[in-house]
Amino acid sequence: MIIVGPSGAGKSTLLKLLTREEKPTSGKIIVGGIDYEQLKDKDVPRLRRRIGVVFQDFKLLPNKNVFENVAFALEIIGISTKEIRHTVPRVLEIVGLKGKEKSMPLELSGGERQRVAIARAIVRQPKILIADEPTGNLDPKHAWDVIRVLEKINRYGTTVLLTTHNQDIVNKLKRRVITIEGGQVVSDHSSGSYKS
Amino acid sequence: MKRKLTTLSRVFLSGTNNFVRNAWLSAAAMAVMIITLTIVLFSVIANATFSYTVQQIRDKIDISVYLKDDVTVTQRDDLSKDLKQIKNVKSVTFISKDQALNNYIEQNKDNIDLQLAINETDNPLPASLDVKVFNPDEIAPIKAYLEKPSVQKLQSDQTSYSGDRKEAIDNIARATTFIRRAGVVGVIVFALISVLIIFNTIQMAIFNRRDELSIMRLLGASKWYIRGPFLVESLLIGVSSAVVSIVFCNAFFSIKPSSLGITSYLIDLNYASAYFGKHFWTIVGTQLLLGLIIGVGSSFVATQRYLRVKHGK
Repeated sequence: MIIVGPSGAGKSTLLKLLTREEKPTSGKIIVGGIDYEQLKDKDVPRLRRRIGVVFQDFKLLPNKNVFENVAFALEIIGISTKEIRHTVPRVLEIVGLKGKEKSMPLELSGGERQRVAIARAIVRQPKILIADEPTGNLDPKHAWDVIRVLEKINRYGTTVLLTTHNQDIVNKLKRRVITIEGGQVVSDHSSGSYKS
Repeated sequence: MKRKLTTLSRVFLSGTNNFVRNAWLSAAAMAVMIITLTIVLFSVIANATFSYTVQQIRDKIDISVYLKDDVTVTQRDDLSKDLKQIKNVKSVTFISKDQALNNYIEQNKDNIDLQLAINETDNPLPASLDVKVFNPDEIAPIKAYLEKPSVQKLQSDQTSYSGDRKEAIDNIARATTFIRRAGVVGVIVFALISVLIIFNTIQMAIFNRRDELSIMRLLGASKWYIRGPFLVESLLIGVSSAVVSIVFCNAFFSIKPSSLGITSYLIDLNYASAYFGKHFWTIVGTQLLLGLIIGVGSSFVATQRYLRVKHGK
């Protein structure tokens, strides 16, 4: 599913509402049966662990290498070291970063960094993956690398929620497109296109 | 249980990694901490040494009661017994006429004229009772006793605390009390300033990494999982700074002051070294504890600021 709209339309706000970075002033949010109104502050970490998030600016931990960045997502939910050693390389293979385990984020290209971020988001096998302008900082070639990884994850059964400005990507993907403007849904097409 | 242990070991490992990977930041924080701990340690030792010097001076403060030549042994003993019963009196020592003369000759052995003059005459010096007190500030009861007419008539001269000497005793007493208090205040002020500096350094270090904190939060890490490694890192900074500070001080106090040609009348360096040696393990324990408390405390407060906000960036 792709969410499109001009700058300031509310795309990022919508995603922030889903990760509970922001609270709604009105209305109701229910994700996977969890009613956000009932959610206490102390339950927020647990909610965030169930949703994978990929950010435009990657948000990798600068002091950790590729392996550790991905492993961190598993460490915080108490997965055993043995399982982490088994899972992380497999996920890095999915995103095409095999052999880069020891690299530090600063040594990677933008596309590679974004793929580390995706690996980190999917390693916990979330039902939903939120990608907020994941290609915003990337050149077209790297952007498509990232989109292909997202498509692959989607095929494995994860709902991918993607916001983007990139007309080319939206039109070629041929997925459900929701357009928002001024905080309102103005169109919702199952195989939509987008003209900026 | 096993999961908790895994989490704990991860927090420790991550903190140790951060300590090593942020080597420059750790070094900067350590430098401030080492200076802090060393200053505090030196202030404490200087204060102890000064108190000791002051005590030495105070111990030399005594009251001489000069006795007439015709005072009998019984009268003398009664006087001595009565004086000993006064609360503030530490000891009463009798100094005979001969002893007084010997002391006088000893004190003026370089003055040949004076020696010759003494030999010409009979012993002019009176016998005396040398009274040492616990607290030179409270000699009023002793004075009151010695001024009683029955006691007064046994004395040949004015008791030596009166006049200039009394004033000198009072001055020393007042000065030492003041200097001791000033020393304690100085140590506290130094410690506080140093704590503020180190607190600021650690806060800046964490401020630099506030993005890291927010990323961890976005990934769903719990408060303690985020804070833990920072606390471990500051703990390492605190403990290693304490160790360096102690090694430095140990080296300093191992040097014999005489070999440096340093002589100080105000601070007895030999005593300072002895004090350091005697209290070595207490000092080690205190330094470690201080480093730990300052380090962990600062990073606890500093991380609190960035963990408090639960929504928004």
